[in-house]
Amino acid sequence: MIAIIDYGAGNLFSVKNALDFLGVESVITSDAAQIEAADALILPGVGAFGDAMNRLESTGLVPVIKQQVQKKPLLGICLGMQMLFEKGFEFGEHDGLGLIPGKVRLLNANGFKIPHMGWNSLNITQENAVTKNLAQGDYVYFVHSYMADTLPQYICATSDYCEQVTALVANGNVYGAQFHPEKSGKVGLSILKNFCELAQKGENK
Amino acid sequence: MLAKRIIPCLDVRDGKVVKGVNFVGIKEVGDPVELAMEYDRQGADEICFLDITATHEGRGTMVDVVRRTAQNVFVPLTVGGGISSVDDIRNILRAGADKVSINSAAVRNPKLISEAAEIFGSQCVVVAIDAKRREDGSFTVVISGGRIDTGLDAVQWAKQVQQLGAGEILLTSMDTDGVKNGFDLELTNAVSQAVTIPVIASGGCGCLEHFSQVFEKTGADAALAASLFHFKELTVSQVKEHLRECGIPAR
Repeated sequence: MIAIIDYGAGNLFSVKNALDFLGVESVITSDAAQIEAADALILPGVGAFGDAMNRLESTGLVPVIKQQVQKKPLLGICLGMQMLFEKGFEFGEHDGLGLIPGKVRLLNANGFKIPHMGWNSLNITQENAVTKNLAQGDYVYFVHSYMADTLPQYICATSDYCEQVTALVANGNVYGAQFHPEKSGKVGLSILKNFCELAQKGENK
Repeated sequence: MLAKRIIPCLDVRDGKVVKGVNFVGIKEVGDPVELAMEYDRQGADEICFLDITATHEGRGTMVDVVRRTAQNVFVPLTVGGGISSVDDIRNILRAGADKVSINSAAVRNPKLISEAAEIFGSQCVVVAIDAKRREDGSFTVVISGGRIDTGLDAVQWAKQVQQLGAGEILLTSMDTDGVKNGFDLELTNAVSQAVTIPVIASGGCGCLEHFSQVFEKTGADAALAASLFHFKELTVSQVKEHLRECGIPAR
Protein backbone atom coordinates (compact mmCIF):
# COMPACT_ATOMS: atom_id res chain seq x y z
CA MET A 1 0.00 0.00 0.00
CA ILE A 2 1.31 3.39 -1.04
CA ALA A 3 0.18 6.45 0.90
CA ILE A 4 -0.28 9.57 -1.23
CA ILE A 5 0.01 12.36 1.30
CA ASP A 6 -2.94 14.75 1.21
CA TYR A 7 -2.26 18.19 2.66
CA GLY A 8 -4.82 20.11 0.67
CA ALA A 9 -2.59 21.04 -2.25
CA GLY A 10 -2.01 19.68 -5.69
CA ASN A 11 -3.61 17.26 -8.04
CA LEU A 12 -3.49 14.04 -6.05
CA PHE A 13 -5.84 12.18 -8.33
CA SER A 14 -3.51 12.05 -11.30
CA VAL A 15 -0.92 10.29 -9.14
CA LYS A 16 -3.61 7.93 -7.86
CA ASN A 17 -4.83 7.30 -11.43
CA ALA A 18 -1.32 6.33 -12.50
CA LEU A 19 -0.91 3.93 -9.56
CA ASP A 20 -4.35 2.42 -10.25
CA PHE A 21 -3.32 1.94 -13.87
CA LEU A 22 -0.17 0.12 -12.70
CA GLY A 23 -2.31 -2.06 -10.44
CA VAL A 24 -0.63 -0.74 -7.29
CA GLU A 25 -2.81 -0.23 -4.25
CA SER A 26 -2.75 3.30 -2.91
CA VAL A 27 -4.65 5.61 -0.65
CA ILE A 28 -4.89 9.40 -0.55
CA THR A 29 -4.56 10.24 3.10
CA SER A 30 -3.63 12.73 5.77
CA ASP A 31 -4.00 10.15 8.51
CA ALA A 32 -0.80 9.43 10.47
CA ALA A 33 -1.81 5.81 11.16
CA GLN A 34 -2.32 5.10 7.45
CA ILE A 35 1.00 6.72 6.65
CA GLU A 36 2.70 4.62 9.31
CA ALA A 37 1.09 1.46 7.93
CA ALA A 38 2.00 2.19 4.29
CA ASP A 39 4.90 0.52 2.47
CA ALA A 40 5.94 3.78 0.87
CA LEU A 41 4.95 7.44 0.70
CA ILE A 42 4.38 9.84 -2.16
CA LEU A 43 4.43 13.57 -1.55
CA PRO A 44 2.83 15.36 -4.52
CA GLY A 45 2.49 19.09 -4.86
CA VAL A 46 1.47 21.94 -7.09
CA GLY A 47 1.61 25.55 -5.95
CA ALA A 48 4.04 27.68 -3.99
CA PHE A 49 6.70 26.39 -1.58
CA GLY A 50 5.82 28.42 1.53
CA ASP A 51 2.09 27.89 1.27
CA ALA A 52 2.53 24.15 0.72
CA MET A 53 4.91 23.80 3.70
CA ASN A 54 2.46 25.70 5.89
CA ARG A 55 -0.33 23.39 4.83
CA LEU A 56 1.79 20.32 5.43
CA GLU A 57 2.84 21.59 8.86
CA SER A 58 -0.76 22.31 9.84
CA THR A 59 -1.63 18.64 9.21
CA GLY A 60 0.89 17.69 11.88
CA LEU A 61 2.44 15.18 9.47
CA VAL A 62 5.95 16.66 9.25
CA PRO A 63 7.36 14.69 12.23
CA VAL A 64 5.54 11.56 11.00
CA ILE A 65 7.11 11.84 7.55
CA LYS A 66 10.56 12.52 8.99
CA GLN A 67 10.29 9.45 11.16
CA GLN A 68 8.80 7.17 8.47
CA VAL A 69 11.54 7.87 5.90
CA GLN A 70 13.97 6.21 8.28
CA LYS A 71 12.39 2.90 7.29
CA LYS A 72 10.43 3.30 4.04
CA PRO A 73 10.83 5.00 0.66
CA LEU A 74 9.39 8.42 -0.05
CA LEU A 75 8.95 9.99 -3.48
CA GLY A 76 8.41 13.73 -3.76
CA ILE A 77 6.93 14.97 -7.03
CA CYS A 78 7.40 18.50 -8.43
CA LEU A 79 6.80 20.87 -5.52
CA GLY A 80 6.75 17.76 -3.31
CA MET A 81 10.33 17.12 -4.48
CA GLN A 82 11.34 20.70 -3.74
CA MET A 83 9.93 20.41 -0.22
CA LEU A 84 12.38 17.59 0.51
CA PHE A 85 15.20 20.15 0.64
CA GLU A 86 16.30 22.39 3.52
CA LYS A 87 15.07 25.72 2.25
CA GLY A 88 12.90 27.25 -0.44
CA PHE A 89 13.13 30.81 -1.76
CA GLU A 90 9.75 31.20 -3.46
CA PHE A 91 8.00 34.35 -2.12
CA GLY A 92 10.44 34.69 0.80
CA GLU A 93 12.58 32.17 2.65
CA HIS A 94 10.90 29.03 3.98
CA ASP A 95 12.09 25.91 5.74
CA GLY A 96 11.58 22.64 3.88
CA LEU A 97 11.60 19.09 5.25
CA GLY A 98 15.40 18.99 5.20
CA LEU A 99 15.57 15.37 4.03
CA ILE A 100 18.10 16.21 1.31
CA PRO A 101 20.78 18.90 1.70
CA GLY A 102 20.19 21.84 -0.61
CA LYS A 103 17.96 24.78 -1.36
CA VAL A 104 15.30 25.62 -3.91
CA ARG A 105 15.65 28.81 -5.95
CA LEU A 106 14.30 30.46 -9.11
CA LEU A 107 15.65 29.12 -12.40
CA ASN A 108 18.27 31.35 -14.05
CA ALA A 109 16.27 32.27 -17.15
CA ASN A 110 19.27 33.22 -19.32
CA GLY A 111 16.80 34.38 -21.96
CA PHE A 112 14.69 31.21 -21.83
CA LYS A 113 10.98 31.12 -21.13
CA ILE A 114 10.03 30.61 -17.48
CA PRO A 115 8.31 28.38 -16.40
CA HIS A 116 10.26 25.50 -17.85
CA MET A 117 7.26 23.76 -19.32
CA GLY A 118 7.00 20.76 -21.59
CA TRP A 119 8.86 17.56 -22.42
CA ASN A 120 12.57 17.57 -21.77
CA SER A 121 15.15 14.79 -22.00
CA LEU A 122 16.94 13.30 -19.02
CA ASN A 123 20.69 13.04 -18.60
CA ILE A 124 21.07 10.24 -16.10
CA THR A 125 24.04 10.98 -13.87
CA GLN A 126 23.64 8.27 -11.28
CA GLU A 127 21.71 5.01 -11.50
CA ASN A 128 19.55 3.71 -8.71
CA ALA A 129 16.43 1.61 -8.15
CA VAL A 130 14.16 4.34 -9.50
CA THR A 131 16.13 4.93 -12.73
CA LYS A 132 15.97 1.23 -13.67
CA ASN A 133 14.99 0.74 -17.35
CA LEU A 134 15.41 4.44 -18.11
CA ALA A 135 17.54 5.37 -21.11
CA GLN A 136 19.68 8.46 -21.59
CA GLY A 137 17.57 11.04 -23.39
CA ASP A 138 14.18 9.70 -22.29
CA TYR A 139 11.65 12.51 -22.22
CA VAL A 140 9.60 13.55 -19.18
CA TYR A 141 7.09 16.34 -18.59
CA PHE A 142 8.10 19.40 -16.55
CA VAL A 143 6.19 22.46 -15.30
CA HIS A 144 8.18 24.55 -12.84
CA SER A 145 9.92 27.87 -12.26
CA TYR A 146 12.11 26.89 -9.29
CA MET A 147 14.77 24.22 -9.00
CA ALA A 148 16.81 22.46 -6.35
CA ASP A 149 20.45 23.42 -5.90
CA THR A 150 22.15 20.46 -4.35
CA LEU A 151 25.38 18.46 -4.35
CA PRO A 152 26.08 16.14 -7.30
CA GLN A 153 25.98 13.13 -4.99
CA TYR A 154 22.22 13.62 -4.54
CA ILE A 155 21.45 14.17 -8.23
CA CYS A 156 20.46 11.16 -10.37
CA ALA A 157 19.35 13.04 -13.50
CA THR A 158 19.35 16.51 -14.97
CA SER A 159 17.76 18.20 -17.99
CA ASP A 160 19.28 20.85 -20.24
CA TYR A 161 17.25 24.03 -20.36
CA CYS A 162 18.30 27.51 -19.31
CA GLU A 163 20.83 25.74 -17.10
CA GLN A 164 21.37 22.16 -15.89
CA VAL A 165 18.03 21.58 -14.22
CA THR A 166 17.93 19.14 -11.31
CA ALA A 167 15.44 16.51 -12.47
CA LEU A 168 15.78 13.42 -10.24
CA VAL A 169 17.29 13.28 -6.77
CA ALA A 170 17.89 10.62 -4.14
CA ASN A 171 19.24 10.41 -0.62
CA GLY A 172 18.83 6.99 0.96
CA ASN A 173 15.12 6.23 1.13
CA VAL A 174 14.19 9.65 -0.13
CA TYR A 175 13.59 10.18 -3.86
CA GLY A 176 12.39 13.22 -5.74
CA ALA A 177 11.28 14.03 -9.28
CA GLN A 178 11.06 17.64 -10.42
CA PHE A 179 8.98 16.52 -13.40
CA HIS A 180 5.59 14.82 -13.28
CA PRO A 181 6.05 11.05 -13.70
CA GLU A 182 2.25 10.71 -13.64
CA LYS A 183 2.10 12.88 -16.79
CA SER A 184 5.22 11.56 -18.51
CA GLY A 185 3.73 8.69 -20.50
CA LYS A 186 5.47 5.32 -20.47
CA VAL A 187 8.73 6.68 -19.07
CA GLY A 188 6.93 8.26 -16.13
CA LEU A 189 4.90 5.14 -15.44
CA SER A 190 8.09 3.12 -15.43
CA ILE A 191 9.62 5.45 -12.83
CA LEU A 192 6.53 5.10 -10.65
CA LYS A 193 6.59 1.33 -11.14
CA ASN A 194 10.25 1.20 -10.07
CA PHE A 195 9.43 3.18 -6.96
CA CYS A 196 6.47 0.95 -6.11
CA GLU A 197 8.56 -2.20 -6.60
CA LEU A 198 11.10 -0.76 -4.21
CA ALA A 199 8.31 -0.35 -1.70
CA GLN A 200 6.95 -3.83 -2.24
CA LYS A 201 10.35 -5.45 -1.87
CA GLY A 202 10.61 -3.73 1.46
CA GLU A 203 14.32 -3.41 0.90
CA ASN A 204 14.45 -0.29 2.93
CA LYS A 205 12.63 -1.48 6.00
CA MET B 1 16.63 19.94 -24.75
CA LEU B 2 13.01 20.99 -24.55
CA ALA B 3 10.98 19.21 -27.22
CA LYS B 4 8.55 20.86 -29.59
CA ARG B 5 5.13 19.47 -28.80
CA ILE B 6 2.61 17.89 -31.15
CA ILE B 7 -0.95 18.12 -29.88
CA PRO B 8 -3.83 16.28 -31.55
CA CYS B 9 -7.21 17.86 -30.91
CA LEU B 10 -10.51 16.00 -30.75
CA ASP B 11 -13.91 17.63 -31.20
CA VAL B 12 -16.31 16.17 -28.68
CA ARG B 13 -20.08 16.56 -28.77
CA ASP B 14 -22.34 14.99 -26.17
CA GLY B 15 -19.50 12.72 -25.08
CA LYS B 16 -18.69 11.42 -28.57
CA VAL B 17 -15.92 12.40 -30.97
CA VAL B 18 -17.42 13.98 -34.05
CA LYS B 19 -15.92 14.94 -37.33
CA GLY B 20 -17.26 16.86 -40.23
CA VAL B 21 -16.06 19.37 -42.74
CA ASN B 22 -17.09 22.96 -42.09
CA PHE B 23 -19.82 21.85 -39.72
CA VAL B 24 -21.53 20.07 -42.62
CA GLY B 25 -22.31 16.41 -42.23
CA ILE B 26 -20.99 16.13 -38.72
CA LYS B 27 -21.13 12.54 -37.55
CA GLU B 28 -20.09 10.61 -34.51
CA VAL B 29 -16.93 8.65 -35.11
CA GLY B 30 -16.00 7.19 -31.79
CA ASP B 31 -15.23 7.24 -28.15
CA PRO B 32 -12.96 10.11 -27.05
CA VAL B 33 -11.21 7.95 -24.47
CA GLU B 34 -10.31 5.30 -27.06
CA LEU B 35 -9.07 7.90 -29.53
CA ALA B 36 -7.08 9.74 -26.85
CA MET B 37 -5.42 6.42 -25.95
CA GLU B 38 -4.60 5.85 -29.62
CA TYR B 39 -2.98 9.30 -29.91
CA ASP B 40 -1.07 8.62 -26.70
CA ARG B 41 0.26 5.37 -28.24
CA GLN B 42 1.34 7.34 -31.31
CA GLY B 43 3.38 9.65 -29.10
CA ALA B 44 1.12 12.69 -28.69
CA ASP B 45 2.73 15.12 -26.23
CA GLU B 46 -0.57 16.37 -25.01
CA ILE B 47 -4.21 15.66 -25.87
CA CYS B 48 -6.72 18.42 -26.45
CA PHE B 49 -10.49 17.99 -26.23
CA LEU B 50 -12.66 20.69 -27.70
CA ASP B 51 -16.18 20.44 -26.36
CA ILE B 52 -18.62 21.50 -29.06
CA THR B 53 -21.68 20.32 -27.16
CA ALA B 54 -24.46 22.78 -27.77
CA THR B 55 -26.74 21.98 -24.87
CA HIS B 56 -26.20 22.59 -21.20
CA GLU B 57 -27.27 19.02 -20.32
CA GLY B 58 -24.73 17.57 -22.70
CA ARG B 59 -21.91 19.43 -20.98
CA GLY B 60 -21.96 17.14 -17.96
CA THR B 61 -20.82 14.32 -20.22
CA MET B 62 -17.50 16.09 -20.84
CA VAL B 63 -16.59 15.76 -17.17
CA ASP B 64 -17.10 12.02 -17.44
CA VAL B 65 -15.05 11.84 -20.64
CA VAL B 66 -12.21 13.71 -18.94
CA ARG B 67 -12.36 11.48 -15.88
CA ARG B 68 -12.18 8.29 -17.95
CA THR B 69 -9.39 9.68 -20.12
CA ALA B 70 -7.31 10.69 -17.09
CA GLN B 71 -7.53 7.10 -15.84
CA ASN B 72 -5.98 5.77 -19.03
CA VAL B 73 -3.83 8.46 -20.59
CA PHE B 74 -0.75 9.74 -18.78
CA VAL B 75 0.18 12.81 -20.78
CA PRO B 76 -1.19 16.31 -20.13
CA LEU B 77 -4.82 16.81 -21.07
CA THR B 78 -6.26 20.16 -22.14
CA VAL B 79 -9.98 20.81 -22.35
CA GLY B 80 -11.62 23.76 -24.08
CA GLY B 81 -14.95 24.81 -25.43
CA GLY B 82 -17.66 26.67 -23.59
CA ILE B 83 -15.65 27.24 -20.42
CA SER B 84 -16.87 30.51 -18.97
CA SER B 85 -16.53 30.49 -15.19
CA VAL B 86 -14.20 29.52 -12.36
CA ASP B 87 -16.65 26.74 -11.51
CA ASP B 88 -16.45 25.33 -15.05
CA ILE B 89 -12.66 25.32 -14.74
CA ARG B 90 -12.73 23.68 -11.32
CA ASN B 91 -15.05 20.91 -12.53
CA ILE B 92 -12.87 20.07 -15.50
CA LEU B 93 -9.61 20.16 -13.53
CA ARG B 94 -11.10 18.04 -10.75
CA ALA B 95 -12.12 15.47 -13.32
CA GLY B 96 -8.44 15.13 -14.25
CA ALA B 97 -7.68 17.73 -16.93
CA ASP B 98 -4.32 19.44 -16.53
CA LYS B 99 -5.18 22.62 -18.41
CA VAL B 100 -8.27 24.42 -19.58
CA SER B 101 -8.46 26.53 -22.65
CA ILE B 102 -10.61 29.66 -22.53
CA ASN B 103 -11.61 31.47 -25.69
CA SER B 104 -14.69 33.70 -26.04
CA ALA B 105 -15.19 33.94 -22.27
CA ALA B 106 -11.70 35.43 -21.89
CA VAL B 107 -12.60 38.24 -24.29
CA ARG B 108 -15.99 38.86 -22.68
CA ASN B 109 -14.56 38.74 -19.17
CA PRO B 110 -10.75 39.12 -19.05
CA LYS B 111 -10.88 38.93 -15.25
CA LEU B 112 -11.63 35.22 -15.64
CA ILE B 113 -8.00 34.74 -16.75
CA SER B 114 -6.54 36.38 -13.64
CA GLU B 115 -9.00 34.68 -11.31
CA ALA B 116 -8.26 31.28 -12.81
CA ALA B 117 -4.50 31.90 -12.67
CA GLU B 118 -4.67 32.95 -9.02
CA ILE B 119 -6.78 30.01 -7.94
CA PHE B 120 -5.38 27.20 -10.08
CA GLY B 121 -2.01 28.54 -11.24
CA SER B 122 -0.97 29.95 -14.60
CA GLN B 123 0.29 26.56 -15.75
CA CYS B 124 -3.26 25.34 -16.28
CA VAL B 125 -4.69 28.44 -17.96
CA VAL B 126 -4.49 28.38 -21.74
CA VAL B 127 -6.07 31.28 -23.60
CA ALA B 128 -7.24 30.35 -27.08
CA ILE B 129 -7.05 33.18 -29.59
CA ASP B 130 -8.78 32.88 -32.96
CA ALA B 131 -7.27 35.47 -35.27
CA LYS B 132 -8.22 36.77 -38.69
CA ARG B 133 -6.13 38.87 -41.05
CA ARG B 134 -7.22 42.47 -41.62
CA GLU B 135 -6.75 44.29 -44.90
CA ASP B 136 -3.85 46.27 -43.47
CA GLY B 137 -2.01 43.05 -42.62
CA SER B 138 -2.66 43.16 -38.89
CA PHE B 139 -4.78 40.51 -37.14
CA THR B 140 -8.12 40.86 -35.40
CA VAL B 141 -9.48 38.59 -32.67
CA VAL B 142 -12.71 36.79 -33.52
CA ILE B 143 -14.88 34.84 -31.10
CA SER B 144 -17.90 32.57 -31.06
CA GLY B 145 -16.40 30.26 -33.64
CA GLY B 146 -15.40 33.13 -35.90
CA ARG B 147 -18.84 34.74 -36.02
CA ILE B 148 -18.01 37.87 -34.02
CA ASP B 149 -15.15 40.25 -34.80
CA THR B 150 -14.11 41.78 -31.49
CA GLY B 151 -11.96 44.48 -33.07
CA LEU B 152 -9.14 43.55 -30.69
CA ASP B 153 -5.67 43.37 -32.15
CA ALA B 154 -4.45 39.77 -31.78
CA VAL B 155 -0.88 40.70 -30.84
CA GLN B 156 -2.02 43.23 -28.23
CA TRP B 157 -4.56 40.76 -26.86
CA ALA B 158 -1.85 38.10 -26.58
CA LYS B 159 0.30 40.49 -24.53
CA GLN B 160 -2.68 41.33 -22.36
CA VAL B 161 -3.61 37.71 -21.62
CA GLN B 162 -0.02 37.01 -20.62
CA GLN B 163 -0.14 39.95 -18.24
CA LEU B 164 -3.43 38.70 -16.81
CA GLY B 165 -1.76 35.39 -15.96
CA ALA B 166 -2.33 33.06 -18.91
CA GLY B 167 0.27 30.30 -18.97
CA GLU B 168 0.03 29.53 -22.65
CA ILE B 169 -1.61 30.73 -25.87
CA LEU B 170 -3.40 28.49 -28.34
CA LEU B 171 -3.29 30.54 -31.51
CA THR B 172 -5.57 29.60 -34.40
CA SER B 173 -5.56 31.37 -37.73
CA MET B 174 -9.09 31.54 -39.08
CA ASP B 175 -7.65 32.27 -42.53
CA THR B 176 -5.54 29.13 -42.79
CA ASP B 177 -7.74 26.82 -40.71
CA GLY B 178 -8.99 23.97 -42.88
CA VAL B 179 -7.09 25.20 -45.96
CA LYS B 180 -4.12 22.84 -45.48
CA ASN B 181 -1.59 25.21 -46.99
CA GLY B 182 0.41 25.47 -43.80
CA PHE B 183 0.23 27.37 -40.55
CA ASP B 184 -0.01 31.15 -40.67
CA LEU B 185 3.68 31.81 -40.10
CA GLU B 186 3.34 35.57 -39.99
CA LEU B 187 0.65 35.49 -37.31
CA THR B 188 2.45 32.82 -35.29
CA ASN B 189 5.68 34.77 -35.40
CA ALA B 190 4.06 38.07 -34.50
CA VAL B 191 2.41 36.58 -31.42
CA SER B 192 5.27 34.34 -30.28
CA GLN B 193 7.66 37.30 -30.42
CA ALA B 194 5.29 39.51 -28.46
CA VAL B 195 4.94 37.17 -25.48
CA THR B 196 7.24 35.05 -23.32
CA ILE B 197 4.69 32.30 -22.61
CA PRO B 198 4.52 29.27 -24.91
CA VAL B 199 2.50 29.58 -28.12
CA ILE B 200 0.70 26.65 -29.73
CA ALA B 201 0.25 27.15 -33.47
CA SER B 202 -3.01 25.88 -34.92
CA GLY B 203 -4.83 25.91 -38.23
CA GLY B 204 -3.68 25.02 -41.69
CA CYS B 205 -1.30 22.10 -41.52
CA GLY B 206 -1.72 19.72 -44.41
CA CYS B 207 1.54 17.81 -44.61
CA LEU B 208 4.69 16.91 -42.67
CA GLU B 209 6.66 19.91 -43.93
CA HIS B 210 4.17 22.32 -42.42
CA PHE B 211 5.15 21.12 -38.96
CA SER B 212 8.89 21.56 -39.45
CA GLN B 213 8.22 24.91 -41.13
CA VAL B 214 6.27 26.36 -38.19
CA PHE B 215 9.05 25.38 -35.76
CA GLU B 216 11.89 26.52 -38.02
CA LYS B 217 10.37 29.82 -39.06
CA THR B 218 8.48 30.96 -35.95
CA GLY B 219 8.88 30.87 -32.19
CA ALA B 220 6.03 28.35 -31.77
CA ASP B 221 6.53 25.88 -28.95
CA ALA B 222 3.87 23.42 -30.06
CA ALA B 223 1.63 22.65 -33.01
CA LEU B 224 -1.95 21.49 -32.84
CA ALA B 225 -3.84 19.62 -35.52
CA ALA B 226 -7.25 18.06 -35.65
CA SER B 227 -8.47 16.74 -38.99
CA LEU B 228 -5.05 15.72 -40.26
CA PHE B 229 -4.73 13.16 -37.47
CA HIS B 230 -8.43 12.56 -37.35
CA PHE B 231 -8.73 11.46 -40.96
CA LYS B 232 -5.53 9.43 -40.50
CA GLU B 233 -3.72 11.35 -43.21
CA LEU B 234 -0.73 11.42 -40.87
CA THR B 235 0.08 9.83 -37.54
CA VAL B 236 1.68 11.67 -34.66
CA SER B 237 4.66 9.32 -34.91
CA GLN B 238 5.23 10.27 -38.56
CA VAL B 239 5.27 13.93 -37.59
CA LYS B 240 7.73 13.26 -34.76
CA GLU B 241 10.02 11.30 -37.05
CA HIS B 242 9.95 14.09 -39.60
CA LEU B 243 10.83 16.68 -36.94
CA ARG B 244 13.77 14.62 -35.73
CA GLU B 245 15.01 14.23 -39.31
CA CYS B 246 14.93 18.02 -39.56
CA GLY B 247 16.94 18.31 -36.38
CA ILE B 248 14.02 19.69 -34.39
CA PRO B 249 13.88 18.26 -30.85
CA ALA B 250 10.88 15.94 -30.55
CA ARG B 251 9.99 13.35 -27.96
